[in-house]
Amino acid sequence: MAGELGKYKLCVSARSTDKEILKRAQDGGIVTQLFKFALEEGIIDGAIVAGPSDEPWRPRPFIATTVEELMTSGGTKYNISPNVSWIKEATRSFGLEKIGIVGTPCQMQAVRKGQLYPFGWRDVDDKIKLAIGIFCMENFPYQSIKQLVEDHAGMKLEAVKKMEIGKGKFWVYGYRGQVVQLPLKVTHKYEQPACHVCLDYVANLADISTGSVGSPDGWSTVFVRTRNGDDIWNKAVAAGCFETKPIEQVKPGLELVTKLANEKITKNQKTIEERAKFGVNKALRNPYLGPK
Amino acid sequence: MADKITVGHVHMSGCTGCLVSLADNYGGLLTILDKYADLVYGLTLADVRHIPKMDVALVEGSVCIQDKLAVHEIKETREKAAIVVAVGGCACYGNITRFARGGQPNQPQHESYLPIGDLIKVDVYIPGCAPCPQLIRNVCVMAYLLLKGNKEQQELAKKYLAPLMQLAERGTEACGCDLMYDVVNQGLCMGCGSCAAACPVRAITHEYGKPNVNREMCIKCGACYAQCPRSFFNFDVVPEFEAIMDAIGAALK
Repeated sequence: MAGELGKYKLCVSARSTDKEILKRAQDGGIVTQLFKFALEEGIIDGAIVAGPSDEPWRPRPFIATTVEELMTSGGTKYNISPNVSWIKEATRSFGLEKIGIVGTPCQMQAVRKGQLYPFGWRDVDDKIKLAIGIFCMENFPYQSIKQLVEDHAGMKLEAVKKMEIGKGKFWVYGYRGQVVQLPLKVTHKYEQPACHVCLDYVANLADISTGSVGSPDGWSTVFVRTRNGDDIWNKAVAAGCFETKPIEQVKPGLELVTKLANEKITKNQKTIEERAKFGVNKALRNPYLGPK
Repeated sequence: MADKITVGHVHMSGCTGCLVSLADNYGGLLTILDKYADLVYGLTLADVRHIPKMDVALVEGSVCIQDKLAVHEIKETREKAAIVVAVGGCACYGNITRFARGGQPNQPQHESYLPIGDLIKVDVYIPGCAPCPQLIRNVCVMAYLLLKGNKEQQELAKKYLAPLMQLAERGTEACGCDLMYDVVNQGLCMGCGSCAAACPVRAITHEYGKPNVNREMCIKCGACYAQCPRSFFNFDVVPEFEAIMDAIGAALK
C-alpha cells in the first residue's frame, strides 16, 4: 500500500473562482467546478454525482449532462449514494462515451477494481475520463443522519441548510440561522459499519481528490494524482477556474491531513485484526486477503 | 512466433456468449492471436477434432452429466491443459443452466448441468454473464506474461490472477445472495453500487445505499460478488491501475 496520502503529483489548497458554485459548495467547490469545466470542454459528456432525491438530504446517484443539472448537486450529504451503480448504465441508457464520477475513497477503489477486473462492466474501462475522490473518515446510513439531525440536534431535516464535519464536531446549520453542534462521540455509533475496515482516507485511487481538511474555511485541499488528473487540473487552472495556494503556505496544511489519515488507517487496521479473532476460532471475512 | 502460448476454447453447455465476448475484443483479439497466443482448439474457429495439449484452456459452459461426451471432454481438458480457466457464469457456477430440468428437444433426458469445478480442478475463474471482453483479454495477456514473461512480468501476472484463482477455490455456487452472506452479513458493505452495475439482468437495486437483490431475476452468474470491492481488493494490484492499463494497452497495439 502506498503511504497514507497515496501517490500524488501535486498538492495545493484551492477554491473555485465561480461565485455561483461557491454559494452551493461544501468548501472550495472543487468537484462542481472541475465537472463544469470538463463538461464545457468536452472532456466528459456526463458526470455521475450525488443529486437530490424525494427525501430531504437523501442523495441518489444522478447523471448530470449539463451545467444546470450539475449545479443541483453541490455540497456534502453525509450518507450513502451508490454512484458506482450507474457506471455501466451511463454508457447505455445515457449513451455516455466519456464519464465523470465523484465518490468516496471506497468508491474510487471500486472504480479502479472495475477497470482492471471488469466482471460485469462491459466496455466501461476506457470510458472513465475523470474520477474525483473526496476525503472520507466514515459515512452514515440515511437513517443515522435522520436520527442525528432530528433526535440529537432537534431539527427537521427539511430545515437544514448545511451539514459539516470539522474541528472535531458534527455541525448542523438551519435555514433560519440556527447552528447545532454534536460532539463526534455522539455520532460515532451511527457510522456505517463497513467504513471501519477502510484503509483509505484521501481517495488514493482518484484522478484528483479533494476535501476540506488541511485548508482554511472556504478552501479545499486538492491532490492531483494520475497523468489524466494532472492534465485536466492544469487545463482548468490555466482557464482560470481556480485560485490556488501552495499547500505549504496554508494552515493547518498537510500535517493535519497526514495525522487524520494515519488515525483512520491505524484505527481500521485494528478493526481488521479484531475481526480475525471475532468468534471462538472463527473470523469475519477480510476482503484484503481475497474473496473466500 | 515460437514463444506464443497455446490456447484452446472448449465448448461445454453454453450459449457461445463467452466466445462472442472474446471475439468482441475485435482488433485486440487479432493482436493476441498474432503476438501472444495460438488458437489450437475451438469449435468453428479451429479445424481440430480432438482436444490437443495446450497451455491454457478457456472453458465455456457447464457440463451435462447425462452427456457422456461432455463428461469425457471436460476430464480430457484437465489432462491436456496446464491451466484451466472457467470462462463465464455457466462454467464457474452453473449460472442459468442451474435452472435446467430437462425436456428440451432433441435431448429431453439431458437435465443435470454442473459447473466444471464439480468435475475437475479449475485454476482460474472469470465469472459473469457474459464475462466482459476486457476481462477475458486481461486474463489472456496475464496468462501470457505468466508463462512467457520476464521475472517482473511473472510477478505481476501472479498477483493479478491470484483473486481469480481464489474465486476458483471458493466453490461452485454463486447467487445474488452472496452479497448478503459474504458482504452485508459480514459488515463489509459500504454501498458503493458496484454490484448493481455488474448485474447483467438488472436484478440489483439499492435501498438506502444497500443492495437489494430480486432473487426471481437472479441467474446466478457470480458477477455481483466478484465485482464487489469487498469480495476482494488486492492492494498489490489495483492501486497500480494506471501502469497496468498502460501496459495492457501497449501490449495490444
